[in-house]
Amino acid sequence: MSGMSPRIDQQEPEPDARAVNEPPIDGDSAKMVSCIPRLRRYARALLGDPAAADDLVQDTLERAWTRRHSWRGNGDMRAWLFSIMHNLHVDQRRRQGGLTVITNDEASAPPARATQEDALALRDLDAALAMLPAEQREVLLLVALEDMSYNQIALTLDISIGTVMSRLSRGREKLRLLTSGGSGHAMQRKVR
Amino acid sequence: MNQPAIVEADLQAYVDNRLPADRRADVEAFLREHPDVSERVRAYVEQKAAIQALHHEELDEAIPERLLRAAIGQGAPPRHALRMSMISSRGPAWQIAAGLVIAIAGAAAGWGGRSQLTADRAALHRPQSTGIKEGESLPRWAAMAHQVYSSDAKRPVELGAQEKPQLVKWLSHRLQTTIQPPSLSAFGYHLLGGRLLSGPQGPVAQFMYQDTTGQRLTLYVSSEHTAGPKEGFRFAREGPVNVYYWYYDKFGYALSADIDQARLERLATSACKQLEAS
Repeated sequence: MSGMSPRIDQQEPEPDARAVNEPPIDGDSAKMVSCIPRLRRYARALLGDPAAADDLVQDTLERAWTRRHSWRGNGDMRAWLFSIMHNLHVDQRRRQGGLTVITNDEASAPPARATQEDALALRDLDAALAMLPAEQREVLLLVALEDMSYNQIALTLDISIGTVMSRLSRGREKLRLLTSGGSGHAMQRKVR
Repeated sequence: MNQPAIVEADLQAYVDNRLPADRRADVEAFLREHPDVSERVRAYVEQKAAIQALHHEELDEAIPERLLRAAIGQGAPPRHALRMSMISSRGPAWQIAAGLVIAIAGAAAGWGGRSQLTADRAALHRPQSTGIKEGESLPRWAAMAHQVYSSDAKRPVELGAQEKPQLVKWLSHRLQTTIQPPSLSAFGYHLLGGRLLSGPQGPVAQFMYQDTTGQRLTLYVSSEHTAGPKEGFRFAREGPVNVYYWYYDKFGYALSADIDQARLERLATSACKQLEAS
């Protein structure tokens, strides 16, 4: 213990470490930063392209930062950030595809018949996920990766719980058909 | 049977474990009678686990600097300015760049990043600067790492305390010294485990402790501090996190927690004694 006198230096910030016009670091920034790994993971799973995913996360954080005063400190920061990301992603899809935002959940059904090669590729879960309509993929990922309740998902995506449930069941069924070989004609008994 | 009929939404909620117990029992009874539906539900459960497994590792990845900057309100304009000055600076550019690697491997984060980044930027404008001084960076890095991992409910550590021999061996090997996590049980904290990070100066070991209320405390051990010996404990407050840090034999140590200064000081004193004795 030599050299370990219990002397306490209160470390002051370096004079040049904080520019005059920068507010002190607050807990909100900390919360925002701690959400980054989750935002990145979700964006990557959603978009499939890591670089595009990070761009989306960056846009999300920048928008969140400029609007941070609209976030009530007691709310769920994660849900707030995910909803910002969702809105940006919707804007992006609209710009890129010229698609209507409210897409028919029945659109883009799995291929009716898959070749042997397709079937192999489709066993790749990632590839299968990418084939789902984005609306269904969103719900599946929020359930699986973020463990959000259906109600939280409804609020985050600004849709009804009924829509959440319908996208979830359609998405899961499509994914199941895709990963089990891709033949769409294994009709399952539907529960009323 | 006066129960409401099982509908598709019940099956989904069953997969997600979001049904009340009695309804869950209803669904289970239904599935026993309907093997085809049961098979489908089983596939959904597997599918969900597979999605989780597919993306399990990603939470541990290093965060690119541009995202950290965006989260602390230093978005596009500073980034551009920064790049320009990095291109134009010669000599210590590599070291400066190293100082800018904000990503602590595995997910750096923290409001501490803000002052850190500002300091980095200032360093960029001093051509002779060799980057960040350790005294400035150690508590901030430690607090950032504390914030990121202590708030992680699912995977706060890479290797748990139940595998302590392997943990000690692994981290000792990577830091090229024998490092035994101190016992803080006298203060009510037990070891949860640890993880390896990469800090601005090289590999970093982080040990995490927890008390019975779930309060977490982290010990950050950073290697390759080449500056001369520095005596004494220092205290820094980084956002909501209090940090005691000290240097000993080329290593920097920092104990971080969201607890009051006096209590943290007692913990740090004990940790320090044990580390130097080991």
